[in-house]
Order: sequence, then structure tokens, then C-alpha cells
Amino acid sequence: MAAYDIVTKARANGRATTKNYIENIFTDFIELHGDRRFSDDNAVISGIAFLDTTPVTVIGLEKGQDTKDKISRNFGSAQPEGYRKALRQMQLAEKFNRPVICFVDTSGAYCGIGAEERGQGQAIAECLYNLMTLKVPVISIIIGEGGSGGALALAVADEVWMLENSIYSVISPEGCASILWKDSSKAAEAAECLKLTSKELYKLNIIDKVISEKLGQKQSYETIKRLLLETINASMNIDENDLLEKRYQRFRKFGNT
Amino acid sequence: MIRKGIFKKPKIALEGNIKQSKTPSANIPNEMCVCCPSCNKMLFNDELNENLVVCSYCNHHFRMNSRQRLNMIADEDSFIEHNTDLKSENILDFPNYDKKLKNSQLESSENEAVITGVCKINSINSAIFVMEPYFMMGSMGTVVGEKITRIFEFASENRLPVIGFCVSGGARMQEGILSLMQMAKVSGAVKKHSDNRLLYITVLTDPTMGGVTASFAMQGDIIIAEPNALVGFAGPRVIEQTIRQKLPDGFQKAEYLLKTGFINDIVERKKLKEYLTKLLQLHNYK
Repeated sequence: MAAYDIVTKARANGRATTKNYIENIFTDFIELHGDRRFSDDNAVISGIAFLDTTPVTVIGLEKGQDTKDKISRNFGSAQPEGYRKALRQMQLAEKFNRPVICFVDTSGAYCGIGAEERGQGQAIAECLYNLMTLKVPVISIIIGEGGSGGALALAVADEVWMLENSIYSVISPEGCASILWKDSSKAAEAAECLKLTSKELYKLNIIDKVISEKLGQKQSYETIKRLLLETINASMNIDENDLLEKRYQRFRKFGNT
Repeated sequence: MIRKGIFKKPKIALEGNIKQSKTPSANIPNEMCVCCPSCNKMLFNDELNENLVVCSYCNHHFRMNSRQRLNMIADEDSFIEHNTDLKSENILDFPNYDKKLKNSQLESSENEAVITGVCKINSINSAIFVMEPYFMMGSMGTVVGEKITRIFEFASENRLPVIGFCVSGGARMQEGILSLMQMAKVSGAVKKHSDNRLLYITVLTDPTMGGVTASFAMQGDIIIAEPNALVGFAGPRVIEQTIRQKLPDGFQKAEYLLKTGFINDIVERKKLKEYLTKLLQLHNYK
């Protein structure tokens, strides 16, 4: 399949969003709102839930489902407050020794006057900085779009997985095409160049697992739940320092010539 | 009815058609003069370079290449460069990237968009990285990420502070996702350095944007900026296209970031070395 077909699938209306994953994988989810600094950003959902019998922290970027919901969630583009809310929940997870599971689905962090005024760059930088040494297991799953820094803020993890038809990229194919060829309609070509599909990223060792979508959404939920349980059970036995060193090395190897 | 323009001063040939010269980069050696983009005064290149590439009339800070910057901060002959020969490769076979790299190397006389190493600042040992605006606008690919990571690791091992000069358009598109990963990689090294209770100072210069702002530029214990430097996550043009309205004056400028609380201070170039020395001394580095 051409890269741009996958881009289209990753962005398609009706594709399962973070909310669906939370409902179908976890039980007793309690949403915890707000960043205790400025506001509550609906583009990020965060809270605690049971994964089988293990309490976990769940954080995800939510694009919204119907039009009204999408607007209230700013189409999944978070403001700095969204990242500060996420960071707050990560730190609580560390305090109570809960694994963190992140769902990524965003075209990118929001770019607007307010977002810049309130430190969008700083908010993302703080997530990266703190996730690197968060003393609990962190797993990130890219379920739709993984757009640049706004996605990475929730994807500095021990393992990063991708749904088969999701994408993860430093820039949108449209943005890349307009910079490269001054023509955003050449997005399809740009999508090939960027190597943004799960298949390519797996080859580049950027991600650890690809979740098949061939057997339908229900099967994807079940697969993810099974894999999460396996991975978390295994990592809960790993010594804290080893866990952090492994996470450091996971990213350290990219571009180490 | 008064005809429009009746009170206008008549144009004479010498006054009319004067085109304002575009601002050439300050480090083109063949040109004698440049025009200050801020006050439009003509400046002699030699004098400008002697004045740390700052306009002597209006204090406009011109863009400065990494070697000039290093000479301004490091004690004479004290800089020992690390990893000089690391060069980017076209890992993803991105169209035209090889050519772009070659041109940038010629244009900047550097191998990559950052130089790293150790130096003395008024006799105090420090690790340092200086990004290079004339190499693909200081964009961050794998080699930039690797060099900065290595200097933080070196500084952690040798208990040195790190001073970092940022100038960057952001992550380097031509290396795709691998550029994005550098944001995480460098952040990890910065955090380790910090957990060793060592000092990291960032100096943000014009422009510091995108993935660099969203990682190590904003992770300093102390963050200072040069006057009028553009610092932000999304570029002004992208924001204007997204929200379809004009941006307010001074938006994303250093003075604005000082007001909104995201940087600690703005320091003029000519005072920078003394300022950094004081900060190092105040953190017990000798």
C-alpha cells in the first residue's frame, strides 16, 4: 500500500480514538482533569484505571468523535496545558508506582498565539525531560497520527508500538511537500520520502511492535490488552535503574554512528 | 477640489528609486558594507565584526556564525573541539539532501550544524556547544543530536557545566523520524547531566524554533536570550496560516518571552562573557 493511503487511513473519520481504546482495554477508568496551572485541555484525556487487576495511569491525545466533540477537543491538537496535565499525571503515576500507558493520536501540538504565549515548546520539552527518568514502566501506542513534537511528548517510552495503519513523522507530508517543492499537493510523494508508516518505522527500529488491524478493531483491542499485560508484568520485575538505563539506551542508539 | 498629492515633495531622480539594499549576511567577506535591517544605516563590515556583529547605532544583533561566537566567549586558544569529523549521511535517501549537505558545508565551512567541545571562560573550564546558523539554519539531524548528546555525557563524566548556544529552525526534515528522535535522545542526556547536579545554561539566539525549542533549548537551569531573538515552537508564518490573522508586534521575541516568564534574562552580546563568568562563579565553578 502506498504511504499516502496509510496517511489517509490514519486520519479517517470513524477511526477508533483514545476514548474507544480506554473503554475497551481498561476497567473502572476515572478521568482526572486539569493541569492545576491554567485550564483543562480536552485534547488530552488522562486518568487511572485497571488493566485486568493492575492499576495503571492512562494518558491519551483525543481527536474527538462527532463534530461537536472534535471541536471541544481541538481535533486532538493539544495546548501547553494538555502536556502539563499529562506530566502531572505521569508524576503521580511515579509516586504511586503505576505503569503509564499513552495513546498518541494528533496531527501535532496546536500552533496559535495563546499556545506560544503559554510556552508550547517549554511544555513539550518538560515532558521529554521528565519521561526520560520516570521511575515506572512507560508504554506508548500510536493509534492514528503521530505528528512531530506534539506526539513525541507522549512517546518517550520503554516501548513504542504502532497500529498497522497509523503514521509517525517529524512533519506532516503536506508541510514537507510545501517546504520541499512549494506545493502541498505533492504530499503523496513526500509521504514516501518521510518513511512514516509502521512498516518502515519498524525496519528503522523506531518502534518495537506493529499491531495488526487485519482482524478488525475488536481483535486489536484484545491484542493490545494481552501485550500490555505481558510487557508490564515483565517490566515490573526489572530493577528501577536498569529500566531507566534501558530507556536511555533505547533513544541513545538513534544516530549513534 | 485639491488635487491629490499637490503637497507632496516633488521627486528628483536622485531621491526616487532608491532601493533599500537587502540585508546581506554579516560574514560575507567580499562586501565592504552592510545595511542594518533595523535602522538602515550603512555599516562597514570590518567595524561590524569588531563590534561583535552588533550595529553600533541601534544595537541590532546580527546573526553570528558559530566560530565568531566561540571566539567571543572562550579564552584565546582554550577551545578543544570534539567529534569534528562527524558528518551527516542521507540515511533515508531523501531527495536532494546530499546536495544540500554539500552546499551547507561549503557555505558555512563547517561539517555540521553544531560545534562542540571544552573551553575556558575567564579561566573557568566549561563544556560548550554552539549551533551554526549558516548550516541548514542550524537544523537538528542525527549528527547534531549525537554531538550535543556526547558533550553532555562528557560533561557529566568530567563534572563540567554546559553552556549551549542555540540557533535553529528545528528538527531536520530530511532525516525524518530520526531527527525527531534526537529531541528525546538529547533530553535524556540533559536530564542525566542535571541529575548529577551540574549546571546547564542555554543562550537562545535568533532564531530558536521548533524541535530545538521543544527540547534542550528550554531545558536549561538558566535560560537567557540575546535582544530581539525570535524564540518559539511554531514559526510565525505557520501560525498566521493556521489562525488566519496577523500576529501582534514583538510576538515570539525575546522581550516577549521575558514578559511571559519563559526566559530568565536578556543579555547583550558585549556583556555576555562577563555575565556567563559570574553565573559560573555563583555555581562554584572555578
